[in-house]
Amino acid sequence: MSDPRHVDAAEAGLSQWGENASSLLQILIHIQQSLGHSPDTAVQLLSSRLGIEPAVIDGVVTFYSFLSHEPCGRYDIRFSDNIIDRMLGGRESAERLMKQLGLEAGKHDPARGVTIDYTSCTGMGDQGPAALVNGLTLTRLTPERIDVIADLVMRQVPVDEWPRDYFEVEENLLAGDILLDEWYHPGAATQAVQSIGKSTILEQLEKSGLRGRGGAGFSTGMKWRFCAEVEAEQKVVVCNADEGEPGTFKDRLLLQSYADRLYEGMTLCAAVTGAQKGFVYLRGEYRYLLEALEGELQKRRDARLLGESILGQEGFDFDIRIHLGAGAYICGEESALIESLEGKRGVPRIRPPFPVTHGYLGCPTVVNNVETFIAAAGIAENGPEWFRSRGTEASPGTKLLSISGDCDKPGIYEIPFGMTIVEILDRCGASDTQAVQVAGPAGIMLAPEEFGRKIAYEDVPTGGSFMVFDTSRDLLAAARNFMDFFVHESCGFCTPCRVGTTLVNKLLEKIGNGHGTTVDLETVQRMASVMRNTSHCGLGATAANPAVHLIEHFPTMLYERLRHTSFEPSFDLDAALEEARQATGRNDPGAHLQGGGV
Amino acid sequence: MIGHFTIDGKRVQFREGQTIMEAAMAEGIYIPHLCHNPEFRPHGSCRVCNVKANGRHVAACTAPASEGLEVENDTGEIRAERRTLLQMLFVEGNHVCPACEKSGACQLQAVAYYCDMVAPEFTHLYPQRQVDASHPDFIIDFNRCILCELCVRASRDKDGKGVFAIAGRGIGAHLVVNADSGKLGDTDFDKDDRSAHVCPVGAILPKHKGYEVPIGKRLYDRKPISMVGDVSDHEGE
Repeated sequence: MSDPRHVDAAEAGLSQWGENASSLLQILIHIQQSLGHSPDTAVQLLSSRLGIEPAVIDGVVTFYSFLSHEPCGRYDIRFSDNIIDRMLGGRESAERLMKQLGLEAGKHDPARGVTIDYTSCTGMGDQGPAALVNGLTLTRLTPERIDVIADLVMRQVPVDEWPRDYFEVEENLLAGDILLDEWYHPGAATQAVQSIGKSTILEQLEKSGLRGRGGAGFSTGMKWRFCAEVEAEQKVVVCNADEGEPGTFKDRLLLQSYADRLYEGMTLCAAVTGAQKGFVYLRGEYRYLLEALEGELQKRRDARLLGESILGQEGFDFDIRIHLGAGAYICGEESALIESLEGKRGVPRIRPPFPVTHGYLGCPTVVNNVETFIAAAGIAENGPEWFRSRGTEASPGTKLLSISGDCDKPGIYEIPFGMTIVEILDRCGASDTQAVQVAGPAGIMLAPEEFGRKIAYEDVPTGGSFMVFDTSRDLLAAARNFMDFFVHESCGFCTPCRVGTTLVNKLLEKIGNGHGTTVDLETVQRMASVMRNTSHCGLGATAANPAVHLIEHFPTMLYERLRHTSFEPSFDLDAALEEARQATGRNDPGAHLQGGGV
Repeated sequence: MIGHFTIDGKRVQFREGQTIMEAAMAEGIYIPHLCHNPEFRPHGSCRVCNVKANGRHVAACTAPASEGLEVENDTGEIRAERRTLLQMLFVEGNHVCPACEKSGACQLQAVAYYCDMVAPEFTHLYPQRQVDASHPDFIIDFNRCILCELCVRASRDKDGKGVFAIAGRGIGAHLVVNADSGKLGDTDFDKDDRSAHVCPVGAILPKHKGYEVPIGKRLYDRKPISMVGDVSDHEGE
């Protein structure tokens, strides 16, 4: 039976995004937003119109956390479940709301049309606990706010009539430096290509030493040069705004308040490489920014800084389209991001070939982080010396950090590369610090004796996440939260990551439950090494880091929690007998193993 | 262009564009693998063909061969890593060799023997998975699927049917059948399809002939996989 609303939603998506296979994901997101799920009718319609098998569409729907076959209802509420949100009371907020509405996590209540669940970090660590309602960000969810929300849901008040201040996202820039200074003139960087030439721009970028701000640190000048040198009819510039590393929210500020600089950097890249097509891949969690970002694009089109004959230059045509993500951390990996842009499951590609030669639909493609494009625009406008006035020899310039956790002033800080952890802790007002997690769960957990280390590609590299834990915190709980994250976000393509994340997580759980032994630590390290060496992409390679760093940097804390035996079984023998006891109706002492069989 | 590199010190010839796996296979050097099948484009998901090339870990099935490359294949370190990967696959699904009609002709089992794996060792995940016996000629036992996607690739790229796909994510990733009911019997899958004959494990099996070849006389009962190669090369034997 086909519901006309389902057909209408699919048709609207098709007309907005075009009848190409590469539009699939964006159309599905549109349908999900309109209907709260992706019903079979819509899938069948898309299958026939886009020429994609229904099972393949099913593969896409079930890959992305924000898409679902089952209805989520009028209120699809997802609480950010990063350790920082938890430290701010996120779990308590979620449980309070579920209790008031009589709901279980992940279970849809058809009567009130509400689903409450958890989701990976939503990028609000400085103003949490946070959640998403129908994809829109809610911040600072105090018990009072939760009570109001419960009442709003019970009275079936539409989300657009909820108090506006619940949706307010503060900029929270606490320290700016050269990148965020007042240097920007719209069109100036792009104009520089005309006046001094592509090769000079590339030389300047190389001379500046700018490296990718996503964390991998590849030379931006070199990447652009590779792409510029490839002969191709169509080239593509992609901004990776899939800021998914838990604890990171600095791109949020850039997208919210400096989008024009980003577009300038992308247009500069197009001028240098000869690209005509641009994409911003915006993480689904930042959907609240979409309208404003579209508005900024239109302003640039009106000013002839985007579109055809940019700056009046015949043949310089470039425009940018924003694609939304749908809750998949792996899409921050550049080749998975390109797959996702093409409407598919976000599974990383085999490399080589690299995106600079074979990227979006096979076209040479530059993928850079938001911060990288802005820095490139800055260098084109101000010169390489401006950039090199900050930072170290191997890591020139500044870095935006998202600081959250146990400190007086969580927020966004622009710091020169080379600044030490202890200086940063001092600036954000952290005291009694037990550990700092730099670069997110895949990064490194540092103990106080390492706080003299520097934020720099050559020492402690980071995409911008900086989470602070004071001595009151349980670091094992943090590590388990991070492993949960990887279990949830592994794409499932390769064996070591798909299975290894779950197995390492189970071992951490065993240790947390007081059944861990030294053998378990050895197993974790062996598994981590296999994951590091054999995974298909960087996610799997680093996914066991939370466990490994705990063992390496906090051995005393961990060993205190182990049993003083070399081996403990991973399961409770007595509990395993429960099914048999129920089947036989026995519960006498003879039907139990002493001490849980351990 | 013809070039040369080495595998465990042995000089190997390669043509421009060949992967390490392709060059090794051409010279009869065995690199253990599960998701690789030369009929199809390299995939790189099982990671069992992991080798070290100039000291760096790569998947032999996807890494290009290059002049002078020094590849380590059959070393203690690599064997140990392969064992761990195989153990991961064994505990991920429900692989009960003594009760499996593919036993003796199963690549997962044969590669595990070859790599000296004696026990799964890790905690079993014991997933709850179905068996699909809806098709007149074939069954799918999802308990044994290792997500190599050979059936997906064969059906899509050789048979032009798209009977299979992968759904879900992470540890929840799973094989699905392209039918409203999700049943193989409701697709145009045929016993002569290529996708019916590429499964390296006991997930896609013909009906009515499970024990035509008795245990003890099967492909890998006679010779190790390093000598006889993939099970899909021996269809009908």
